[in-house]
Amino acid sequence: MRKDVHILVVDDERIMRDSLSDWLLEEGYEVVAVEDGARALEKVRAERWDALLVDLKMPGMDGIEVLEEVKKINQDIPVIIMTAYATVDSAVRAMKQGAYDYIVKPFNPEEIGLAIRKIIAYQDLLKENIYLRHELEKKYEFMDIIGKSHKMQEVLALVRTVAKSNSTILIEGESGTGKELVARAIHNSSLRSEGPFVAVSCAALPESLLESELFGHEKGAFTGAVARKKGRFEIANTGTLFLDEIGDISPKTQVGLLRVLEEKKFTRVGGTEVLQTDVRIISATNKDLKAMVAEEKFREDLYYRINVVSILLPPLRAKKEDIPLLVQHFLKKYCIENKKEIDGLSSEASRLLMKYDWPGNVRELENVIERAVVVAKERIIVPEDLPLLAAEEGKFKPTPDMSLREVEKEHILLALESNNWNITKTAKMLGIDRNTLSSRIKKYKLKKR
Amino acid sequence: MRCIYILPIGSIHQPILRTVAQEITLRFNCRCKIIPSLEAPSYAFEPDREQYSSGKILKQILNNETLCSLLKGTVKILGIVDVDLCTPILTFVFGEAQLGGKAATVSLCRLRQEFYGLPPDPKLLLERAKKEALHELGHTFGLVHCSDPKCVMYFSNSVRNIDVKTDSFCRSCSMLLCENKQSERE
Ligand SMILES: Nc1ncnc2c1ncn2[C@@H]1O[C@H](COP(=O)(O)OP(=O)(O)OP(=O)(O)O)[C@@H](O)[C@H]1O
Ligand SMILES: [Mg+2]
Ligand SMILES: [Zn+2]
Ligand SMILES: [Zn+2]
Repeated sequence: MRKDVHILVVDDERIMRDSLSDWLLEEGYEVVAVEDGARALEKVRAERWDALLVDLKMPGMDGIEVLEEVKKINQDIPVIIMTAYATVDSAVRAMKQGAYDYIVKPFNPEEIGLAIRKIIAYQDLLKENIYLRHELEKKYEFMDIIGKSHKMQEVLALVRTVAKSNSTILIEGESGTGKELVARAIHNSSLRSEGPFVAVSCAALPESLLESELFGHEKGAFTGAVARKKGRFEIANTGTLFLDEIGDISPKTQVGLLRVLEEKKFTRVGGTEVLQTDVRIISATNKDLKAMVAEEKFREDLYYRINVVSILLPPLRAKKEDIPLLVQHFLKKYCIENKKEIDGLSSEASRLLMKYDWPGNVRELENVIERAVVVAKERIIVPEDLPLLAAEEGKFKPTPDMSLREVEKEHILLALESNNWNITKTAKMLGIDRNTLSSRIKKYKLKKR
Repeated sequence: MRCIYILPIGSIHQPILRTVAQEITLRFNCRCKIIPSLEAPSYAFEPDREQYSSGKILKQILNNETLCSLLKGTVKILGIVDVDLCTPILTFVFGEAQLGGKAATVSLCRLRQEFYGLPPDPKLLLERAKKEALHELGHTFGLVHCSDPKCVMYFSNSVRNIDVKTDSFCRSCSMLLCENKQSERE
């Protein structure tokens, strides 16, 4: 269907070249595959290409070098770097050097489809001579939300769609997954963006205060209420009200909220006047509200009112392919803030970032990078700049769900590492003989990491 | 005389084979025969991926001694497996084909609702199997992916997409198919 799109594949492994070419051919593209950088450059000089798919790890010229040389010949060819999970630092480096994109092998069919469609869009843009470099850089971004993983692309598509509507939204996700960020993005891209964005943290205030915070109070409504005060519902009029941690509100406040949502009317605490308000409600929670409904801790009717559209933000550990882009984003941000220049991460440092579980999600990643930028002594971030992750790595915590095999493997690896891979010393420490240790190393395919 | 052979690889439910065969006869307007099955494709297992290589299965079909004589002339052969398929670059595939060649294979594994933790739906499985069989055979007739989401040659990266598309070729794919069938015969 797309006989006019020419793609050059560069990969030293024949099986990868064939497999990728076959797929691209089925997609209807014109494909040529070569096995090294030198041949690729010849092709780039001789013919017109719409995109290059370049393997990162190749003997001789590696993917980044190919990218650099290609850019010297033709600045505008989109180059996609193909990498394995372990090489995030290079992915970050590649994006800095002007790679159009990176994809992780093996590709999810949906992801490669997306990557290719983006190239076509890019190509169409070039053809129409609308060179929106800035826009293109933002291809995996929407209002500061970054994400290239399939899950985040779905979230971003949903965010774009609901922004245009007026519907009530519930954002669910673990702490630090970007719930507030998404809420602000929706507000800023909605028709209400001229109006205020008002955030209330429902967990931060005791019940009585929360009520007056939300609905306002009349003078003398309670001790300390020395003057009439506008509530957040009034302040947010014509804008968006963000109810953060909505799972934490008391049953009484739940009733009040339900009323506003149903009737768009409310009264100030201690008042009788019925007030009208025009706000869009976006709520967020890191609790399982549905379970709370089942346990009768959260009103079912309120749950359905606030959950007209639900957006589920995945935890960072479930979208690790986003880590390189996020790291790049935060590096840039904190380098500017701290007036430092950092080129990237050492491969060991990026391995740690990819391996870590990120219980605090993107916020934790952001903090880790900020700290690393501040303490980094060189232009490259090394494991010493990531003490938390380095320490985590050293720790070995067998858990009940691990198999004996896994535990043994980890334990032996740790022992080897603490003895600098000296077999005799390690065997002695483990109380087994050298041959047994050697056979275990083979069995578990243990390697220096 | 043109014929398309259906080759079960491992144990495949007969009614599925028969339905797929009927569909093929109808859509490609040619004979379709179910031939005796080959054993399960343990040779194609990829321990790193814990999946089966669709490429190795295609190779096995093409190199099989007994199939050799069958494969002469204007025929196509479609292997049907029930294991999870992958290729070196894709995390999974529903099937694979030689573009403009003789052999294709489809897997039922990811077409089953059970794969996604849902209750079995034999009718839906049949629908999906028909579509993917036509799709892969379409490739062997030189057709590439189509941009029409309703056309059977649309690239499905999820069962959602399979369910959206129909079990027929769009106008332009039908025309191409016709042309390619002609030129193959010459
Ligand atoms: N996809 C993303 N792209 C860029 N930055 C992100 C992304 N997700 C989260 N962040 C950043 O991570 C930090 C935490 O995000 P945010 O405050 O929105 O999380 P949250 O889900 O509201 O967390 P909590 O439940 O703890 O309040 C913010 O600095 C935000 O900018
Ligand atoms: Mg928050
Ligand atoms: Zn296909
Ligand atoms: Zn079509």
